[in-house]
Amino acid sequence: MPDFAFLWQTLEKLVAGLPLLFQLVSISLAAGFVLAVPVALMRLSPVPPLRWIASSYVFLFRGTPLLVQIFLIYYGLSQFVEIRGSALWPFLRQPYWCAILALTLNTGAYGAEIIRGGIQSVPWGQVEAARVCGMSGLLLLRRIILPIALRQALPAYSSEMILMVKATSLASTITLLELTGIAHKIISETYRAIEVFVVAGAIYLLINFLLTRAMLALEYWLSPHLRDAPAAARAQESAALVH
Amino acid sequence: MNKRLYTLLAAVAALGLSAGVGTDAMAQAKDWKKIKIATEGAYAPWNFTNAAGKLEGFEVDLANDLCKRMKAECEIVAQDWDGIIPSLQAGKYDVIIAGMSITPKRMEVIDFSTPYAVTPAALAVLKSSPLAKIPADKNYDLTKNKAEAEKAIEGLKVALKGKVIGAQVSTTHSNFIEAYFKGTAETRTYKTTEQHDLDITAGRLDGAYASIGYWKPLMGKPEGKDLVMVGPTFTGGIFGTGVGAGLRKTDPELKAKFNEAIGAAAKDGTIKTLAVKWFGFDNTPQ
Amino acid sequence: MGLLSWGDKGWGDELALATLMTLAVASCAFLLGLVFGSLGATAKLSRIRPLVLLADAYTTVLRGIPELLVIYLLFFGGGGALRFVVKMFGYDGYVELNAFTTGVIAIGIVNGAYSTEAIRGAVLAVPKGQIEAAKAYGMPPWTMFRRILAPQVLRYALPSLGNVWQLCLKETALISVTGLVEIMRQSTIGAGSTKQPFTFYACAAVLYLVLTSLSSLGFARAERWADRGVRRS
Repeated sequence: MPDFAFLWQTLEKLVAGLPLLFQLVSISLAAGFVLAVPVALMRLSPVPPLRWIASSYVFLFRGTPLLVQIFLIYYGLSQFVEIRGSALWPFLRQPYWCAILALTLNTGAYGAEIIRGGIQSVPWGQVEAARVCGMSGLLLLRRIILPIALRQALPAYSSEMILMVKATSLASTITLLELTGIAHKIISETYRAIEVFVVAGAIYLLINFLLTRAMLALEYWLSPHLRDAPAAARAQESAALVH
Repeated sequence: MNKRLYTLLAAVAALGLSAGVGTDAMAQAKDWKKIKIATEGAYAPWNFTNAAGKLEGFEVDLANDLCKRMKAECEIVAQDWDGIIPSLQAGKYDVIIAGMSITPKRMEVIDFSTPYAVTPAALAVLKSSPLAKIPADKNYDLTKNKAEAEKAIEGLKVALKGKVIGAQVSTTHSNFIEAYFKGTAETRTYKTTEQHDLDITAGRLDGAYASIGYWKPLMGKPEGKDLVMVGPTFTGGIFGTGVGAGLRKTDPELKAKFNEAIGAAAKDGTIKTLAVKWFGFDNTPQ
Repeated sequence: MGLLSWGDKGWGDELALATLMTLAVASCAFLLGLVFGSLGATAKLSRIRPLVLLADAYTTVLRGIPELLVIYLLFFGGGGALRFVVKMFGYDGYVELNAFTTGVIAIGIVNGAYSTEAIRGAVLAVPKGQIEAAKAYGMPPWTMFRRILAPQVLRYALPSLGNVWQLCLKETALISVTGLVEIMRQSTIGAGSTKQPFTFYACAAVLYLVLTSLSSLGFARAERWADRGVRRS
């Protein structure tokens, strides 16, 4: 029989880790997106050096595990006296900013590939039409390419968001007390690993479930042109056809 | 081609399962001819992994000696510290020999042999840190001289105010800093002691608590040359009654065997010799 | 660079062995994931309600909780669950999952959820008309599967399975918590005992990069092979 009193206590303690989890997810997703758009554009740029820089960045961060990236940034960089003396150190000194930096760079690389795919899926005709209308450069990008590309990229981007929620659990490896960090702490006091991890897992599942729903709603809201007309309008239409 | 592919898949799956479902740990009906021992492998010189990938250290030597005395065949495995007690309970091995202090809290869930080492806890800081000025002090016993020890802690609190102090997670040291310095200093816990050392060197952490048996040998090596122990040291109370082998509560016969072996090894001076070899001083229970 | 030399004084040979371990765990987990993925996709496409629900629950749960937790749960609870199962079959002895099997099963289960979607998508991508045509010919189901469905599913699923494999390789870094000495654990041991974290983690990053880039080359080849009969527009 499960010990419900213990499960409830665990839940109450774990919830204290949620604000940190949400901070890590939202800051790194936002910063990662800001990074991903220019990287995606650089990947498609006609200028070779820009393409190379962007491709190497994407290659490095998609080709290695996030855990390695976190440890390399947190423990690895601090090996060098030069970095410990630099202006960046006040940030790199704190596990919080190291986690955000690692998560941002990681999601930036994956996000760039998703957005690149979105941009490449923009129908050529639409770009041509816009050019005919006299749009070019940033205006073309802002009014035509990016809106269509981002709408296309949305489903893939929502999967990336879920991956990020899960990825924050790795922040516990550099002393941060988010959900998984607190779970470890409770286990170190009670030695009841399974129950604690089950409760923690359930919380992650709930967050991701809600996130998925929200993103589906956003997709629905952003694609009125793809939906069937409402029943009333359709009835009217067919009535008009009969007459 | 598909048929062959599926046969291959089935074979691989079957192989994996049969290899994994070994008859481990308790399978050998409890005659204890074979004993599986867990250690951390990251707490030099108690137990650590060398560049050849082998486990080594005071406790590895001790475990081998005890096994010889018990006429048992022993296998020593490495297990991350934060899961070492849950894994014992889950039956992944039979004994923990990993610098684990005997505390009332742990006694609620597992059993312990008689202690084979006693080692006070000390605070280590960077030599270049302002905390290095905290004067060295004697050892305080939190059980025998509680009032005096707590007075010493009050003195430390003044020096540590607003600093960041660390310890390994799930240890007596992390319990100690949480119990006495929470609110005074920021406390952080690490998966291994090696990780808090990296953070002290990096300047993220102002100091960390671990046993003298860990600090002293480290400070004799190039990796630990920038560290220094400061202030009073502590034993007893929250630190428990020495370091012993951890066992499941359901295995009293095994505990008896270990107690007998540890008693014999203490009597003929083996433990003392090993302690001097690895720590440079005798930390056997007096 | 003496640190990374071969032999008992350096960590080079240990890291090489650890790389092999990473490869072994990843390959076994990927194959196990394919088995779970095929079962999951079959269940999802079966139109049998309980099976569909079960498969949906499987993919939702496994894709919704962090891999690290799946590994921990299996590590601490796997042995108990296994003993429960073998007891139902009448075996009363003691069985336990070792670190390797725990890692393979944990990552296999997680990857199975991703493979399920990859395979399901590929099955749905096979034009319906071809199945209807095969049925009209009176082709028996097994032959239809072998001649019509399987080759095309393989072709459509390869690009996403390539991604699943890459995920699989990177997830093996997390099973270091079970004590299995793969790249990540070996680097952490090295970093801790030499206090040179950058050297070891950079080395780990390079080893993973080699593995991931070699395997993307491999998958690109496989895709070309699977596409060999297809005319390109």
